[in-house]
Amino acid sequence: MVRVVLRRLSQLGVTLIALMTLIFFWLRSLPGGPVDALLGERATPQTRETLTRALGYDQPIWVQYGRFLRNVVTGDFGNSIRTGEPVADVISRAFPATVELALAAIVIAVGLGIPLGYLAARHHGRLLDNATIVVTLVGISVPIFFLGYLLKDWLTQGTHLFPPSGRISTGVENTGVTGFFVLDGLLTREWDASADALWHLILPAVTLATIPLAIIVRITRAGVLDVLDEDYVRTADAKGLRNATIRKRHVLRNALLPVVTTIGLQTGTLLAGAVLTEKVYNWGGLGTLITDSISGSRDYPVLQALILLAAVVFIVVNLLVDLSYAVIDPRVRVR
Amino acid sequence: MPLLDVRDLKVVFQRKGAEPFTAVDGVGFAVEPGQTVGLVGESGCGKSVTSLAIMGLLPRRGNRVTGEVLFEDTDLLRLRPQDLRDRRGRDIGMIFQDPLSSLNPVIPLGLQVAEVLERHQGKTRQAALRQARELLDAVGIPDPARRLREFPHQLSGGMRQRALIAIALACKPRLLIADEPTTALDVTIQAQILALLKDLVDRSGTALVMITHDLGVVAGLCDTVNVLYAGKVVERAVRHDLFADPRHPYTHGLLRSVPRLDADRGGRLHQIRGSVSDNIPWPDGCAFAPRCDRVIDDCIGATVPLTPTRRRDGALRCTNPVPLEVPA
Ligand SMILES: Nc1ncnc2c1ncn2[C@@H]1O[C@H](COP(=O)(O)OP(=O)(O)OP(=O)(O)O)[C@@H](O)[C@H]1O
Ligand code: SF4
Ligand SMILES: [Mg+2]
Repeated sequence: MVRVVLRRLSQLGVTLIALMTLIFFWLRSLPGGPVDALLGERATPQTRETLTRALGYDQPIWVQYGRFLRNVVTGDFGNSIRTGEPVADVISRAFPATVELALAAIVIAVGLGIPLGYLAARHHGRLLDNATIVVTLVGISVPIFFLGYLLKDWLTQGTHLFPPSGRISTGVENTGVTGFFVLDGLLTREWDASADALWHLILPAVTLATIPLAIIVRITRAGVLDVLDEDYVRTADAKGLRNATIRKRHVLRNALLPVVTTIGLQTGTLLAGAVLTEKVYNWGGLGTLITDSISGSRDYPVLQALILLAAVVFIVVNLLVDLSYAVIDPRVRVR
Repeated sequence: MPLLDVRDLKVVFQRKGAEPFTAVDGVGFAVEPGQTVGLVGESGCGKSVTSLAIMGLLPRRGNRVTGEVLFEDTDLLRLRPQDLRDRRGRDIGMIFQDPLSSLNPVIPLGLQVAEVLERHQGKTRQAALRQARELLDAVGIPDPARRLREFPHQLSGGMRQRALIAIALACKPRLLIADEPTTALDVTIQAQILALLKDLVDRSGTALVMITHDLGVVAGLCDTVNVLYAGKVVERAVRHDLFADPRHPYTHGLLRSVPRLDADRGGRLHQIRGSVSDNIPWPDGCAFAPRCDRVIDDCIGATVPLTPTRRRDGALRCTNPVPLEVPA
């Protein structure tokens, strides 16, 4: 087990270096550059040159690349071109917001998806099952943007059931500890801040959860149906075990294997969905940061760090998936 | 009084959009306590469906089961599902054909043995695991304490089947149903597993229903044999009579198609022509007729009933049986 983790981590290192290289050259090959973007078209060549030198873009590209790699290894991503703040600060401010949103979405998707999928399988071929198939198909196909604005329209504008945007109401005191607002409120015993943050979290999380939820329902349903046909379930029946034991011990665990894989595969979709969701609800996380960093100035340092971060998240999530797979399925454990 | 008395068992599969298919067509046989009874026949003749119907293990939907399955006077087909659950694994144990797929891949072997003891004997996990170790030991699995913690994929095929035997016999059932328990195993392992089964049922006095297509298994194990063809019993006899004097042309053909060491060298092995799937153009009559060398008009016109023969426990479904060999 330890060896697997170590191997995966070294893979992570290689992947990251390759990825950094790719990003570095790709961003620089795009037409227009940060200097143009910052100064606009009417700047004098004088100003232009000063800024180019100040940002280090006058050096040969290999020097830029070497310096960039060294900085990355030491955790120094430079300053944001747009705001001038250190990139690390900009990102660490936005990161918890997105993680909170994504975790909430995963909790909803898994927490509802597995029971619903199981229920559908138990009602195989009957009304509930057929309804599930239709509803999840809709869930998978509806665009996040559309769903987000729809929910916002119904549940915030007219009815005021939920706040329309942001992570917390203005005027509510919250002390930052982890940057997860709901958790912070609990840690500092600022209950109303926690409740308010949760209130803000619900709609965006539901929006983001829809697609993974629909997928998990379907995968669980299919998994349970497959497992019910397995010989070992018949053996369990031949032992006279109670239905509840058979379901819990023999069916569910095996049916969850494909679900775990799916969760790993959904990480990318989730990240992409987060960008859209954050836009709709003005969430102020990484998604917002990406949009801002591309559209206004071309904020290379921030973009580079963001892409790197996405890759790390991706690889770490898949490592966790592999580990939990090994916990569930002894056949993939390495001896 | 027989321990198990199956009467006129019929299983009809009904799938949406398909013709109803009668897989088991009025099968009847009895098993005395401690006796070993064989169900023999080629692939698709309904052996597995018969055993699953007895255990109430057929899929819940898509089939109709009629007849009687009397286990000590209780009709298992009429028990409430939860009462049948109480008896499965306790009064009747079952072993299946493929030992790998019959064990749960993600659960340690120990728990798979122990859970049946927990269920029927109310044992604690600890006590059940302790007994599981003894059970594995009794079926000849070396180093049982270690095996308890292992998973099915870490065991050899023969070892897995031994484990399944341990599970099926854990609660000392009075009846064991074994559905082709050696088909998936190597020939050398087959012999070991059969010897183990024979030894265990002999010592514990467990009755055994042995399902097989292998006449060698029958010869080594069974007291009485039922030959099945197309969902019906076509001949029943005690082992010696069956091998000495097969009366039904199908049984006769089966026996002649077994390679024998004492046969003439160069003599050709007999083959039964055609296959079970040959269409039967007549609704009643003998299903074997398209393949039978002895077919006469009577075989096709009317239903051929299963009638007792004069031999002990014998019965035959044939209008023109192979004549008894008269000792010269
Ligand atoms: N669930 C089912 N639905 C429809 N038909 C079935 C089902 N199970 C079995 N059958 C059919 O019933 C017939 C008898 O099958 P069964 O499995 O009892 O054969 P068998 O004698 O055990 O053969 P084998 O030696 O191959 O195991 C076959 O034609 C099979 O296709
Ligand atoms: S009934 Fe007729 S066709 Fe059928 S096995 Fe006997 S002799 Fe052959
Ligand atoms: Mg079979």
